[in-house]
Amino acid sequence: MASIEMRNIVKQYGDGFPAVNDVSLDIADGEFMILVGPSGCGKSTLLRMIVGLEDITSGDMIIGGKRVNDLAPRDRNLSMVFQNYALYPHMTVYENIAFPLRLSKTPDDEVRRRVTEAADVLELKEHLERKPANLSGGQRQRVAMGRAIVRQAEAFLFDEPLSNLDAKLRGQMRTEISRLQRRLGITTVYVTHDQTEAMTLGDRVCVLRKGKIQQVASPRELYEQPVNLFVAGFIGSPPMNFLPATPEGNRLNTPFGTIELDEKRAAAVRGRDLLLVGIRPEYFEDASLVDEAKRPLGSMFRARVDVTEWLGDSQFAYIPYEAPEAITAQLRDLSRELDSEELRTQAIVSIDSTSRIREGREAEFWLDSRKVHVFDPTSGENLTRDAEAGAELTRLATQDRVEQLDESRGGAARVGAA
Amino acid sequence: MRFLFRPPAAEAAGLLSLPWDRPLQEWDPSLLLEVPQRGISRHVVRFVASGGRVFALKEISERLARHEYRLLGEFEEEGLPTVSALGICVDRPHDQEAILVTRYLEYSMSYRWLFSSARGEHSADQLLDTLVELLVRLHLAGVFWGDCSLSNTLFRPDAGALVAHLVDAETAERHPALSPWLRAHDVDLARERVGGELLDLQSGDLLPSVIDPIEVAESLAPRYEALWDEVTHEQVFGVDEQRWRVAERLQRLNDLGFDVGEMELVTSDEGAKLRVETRVAEPGQHRRELLRLTGLEVQERQARRLLNDIRAFRAYLESTAGGPVSESFAAHRWLAEVYQPVVESIPRDLVGRLAPAEVFHEVLEHRWFLSEKAQRDVGTTEAARSYFDTVLPRTPPEITTPSVIAELGPKG
Repeated sequence: MASIEMRNIVKQYGDGFPAVNDVSLDIADGEFMILVGPSGCGKSTLLRMIVGLEDITSGDMIIGGKRVNDLAPRDRNLSMVFQNYALYPHMTVYENIAFPLRLSKTPDDEVRRRVTEAADVLELKEHLERKPANLSGGQRQRVAMGRAIVRQAEAFLFDEPLSNLDAKLRGQMRTEISRLQRRLGITTVYVTHDQTEAMTLGDRVCVLRKGKIQQVASPRELYEQPVNLFVAGFIGSPPMNFLPATPEGNRLNTPFGTIELDEKRAAAVRGRDLLLVGIRPEYFEDASLVDEAKRPLGSMFRARVDVTEWLGDSQFAYIPYEAPEAITAQLRDLSRELDSEELRTQAIVSIDSTSRIREGREAEFWLDSRKVHVFDPTSGENLTRDAEAGAELTRLATQDRVEQLDESRGGAARVGAA
Repeated sequence: MRFLFRPPAAEAAGLLSLPWDRPLQEWDPSLLLEVPQRGISRHVVRFVASGGRVFALKEISERLARHEYRLLGEFEEEGLPTVSALGICVDRPHDQEAILVTRYLEYSMSYRWLFSSARGEHSADQLLDTLVELLVRLHLAGVFWGDCSLSNTLFRPDAGALVAHLVDAETAERHPALSPWLRAHDVDLARERVGGELLDLQSGDLLPSVIDPIEVAESLAPRYEALWDEVTHEQVFGVDEQRWRVAERLQRLNDLGFDVGEMELVTSDEGAKLRVETRVAEPGQHRRELLRLTGLEVQERQARRLLNDIRAFRAYLESTAGGPVSESFAAHRWLAEVYQPVVESIPRDLVGRLAPAEVFHEVLEHRWFLSEKAQRDVGTTEAARSYFDTVLPRTPPEITTPSVIAELGPKG
């Protein structure tokens, strides 16, 4: 197992277009790193450069302390998981996992050792003598993972592995991959365009946009302290709401009334003209259900509800709002870039599932103003980001990971260790 | 639902009435054509007949379906040996996956049959060389296959040889040119898949014991490298040698089954440097000539064989007529008096085992064999009779091409 370091990596195609533009990223030994972003952001190109399927225009790719720019894919000893998930019907599960080793003429007892260990981790032990036709969908996927494990690669690489599976199997596999990575403690790079996968799987997530890194942080930090409008809009589902706002003293005037800012955040936005305020759906509540004690921590406003969606355990209300043309155009561009369908001039608001707020009526809402962020609409910069608080969230996540890694490496037998 | 297809697709009009809104797995068997297992597929694949043709239907995600449909269309246009895509069906109800429809490659055989074939005349060597030739052709065209395997290839007999066709382009990528790494990676993937498939046949007792899966898989990369080098290497030689060197290289490439698009010869004081640009398309000169003369559509080597027979027949006509006979007249008479009678006399229960042109080629081979034994020319009619009695029945019924099954029997 190994760390992966990228130093000022650039990928430029013949036409001069930089698909990856000056990316520097350190992936620690044993870390689960997600590369995420909308299509065309460069995430797959970056992964292909790690594997060696794409040559690097400039910069250094260092795996396990060794520069690999000039190493052919097979000499990098990385494993693309699920690249080959054909299951061979006449071979037992054991042989289906073992055959790559057979082809490389690995001695029998070594094959036995590695396959048994992999089967142990994958909970396939009872199925080793069966034929693949008798396996469930999830078990079949695990056999494919077994092939990757027995190779004893330096790192696992996944390129949108779940995008062609149905929703149920996708959920199952997400859990499976996460569990496996924790148990093996193997360095993993995982490419996806799905922010749910990104948030649930990774120790850290690298958000890319047009070939450039926007932010590398733990899922919590990305969610709570995004660096810009792009990251804020990409991470979270339903997405963050962006409302036009004009500052006035310590307040912001928005279509949903005025929002009080604390001194620090007020100072950060002072003297500016038109702004965007970003509010996550769960920062709202049906005002009638908010504690008296809590009310002063936020602001109240009345608005007409267009649609409500009751999901049993939760409920969403859609509230249209007016925005100046400049802002609407800006948000339209952002939507398009994020591959999202909705044009965001309606807020999506999460309310308690017991709320009696009805469609087409006006209702009173409460808004938790402590957690809102304010963005510069032109540059997209988050003016109110608390870098220290963010760093602390990522530090905590790293600490968790290191503890888990120590446990898995110290405890169970080291499977897949080079 | 939405159907996307490239005209002309008149023969497929009957497909429109199929229950596209339902999962392929639930389709009524009476609508489908039973085709023996062609290899290992990750997806649901079904076959249907319409207008005398057979189509393969594959359920895959819309993204992959669109990708594969587009690529297969490009490949076909460029003359690469691939299956031909008819179209896709997308926007099916209940978020179902898309369906990709390809035209079934008639008279093709899967590796499963070829390796376990009792006839055994196609050796593992021949099969692998054919696969490698396909991979080289794709790489020359800037195509990274990503899943080169025996399962994803169909083989068609061509006058005793085989031609490999790509049947699955899900993972294929198009590049302006392939880097050596990317090519090596593709070969490496092929090695593993071919190895896995042969080990699988071995586990199922379907592989002749003389074939060692590991050895065969290992031989793939050197075979590939050798062929790639043959078709792409730059040659340097003395200026005085250049005439026969150029001719020699051309001949060698033709023998390997490649056509040359352009040759570049750069002379300097050190000698001449020859660079060739190999055409990616399958050679088709004989095929086109035969089509012009007879209207027969066959494969390249078969066409060469038939053209030779037409030439011999023309010489015979000229000797009996005592004067020149035009090529087209000779071809016309040959078709009616030589070729058709053989094809039409194929016993009904053996029709569809091999393509008519391949049967004709085998009859000619058989005639040579019998004549040598008898020390006299036995003639085509007698050779055909003997061939239908003793040789053709050895081909198993399972390889009967689906369009013939569809025409002959009642459904199913």
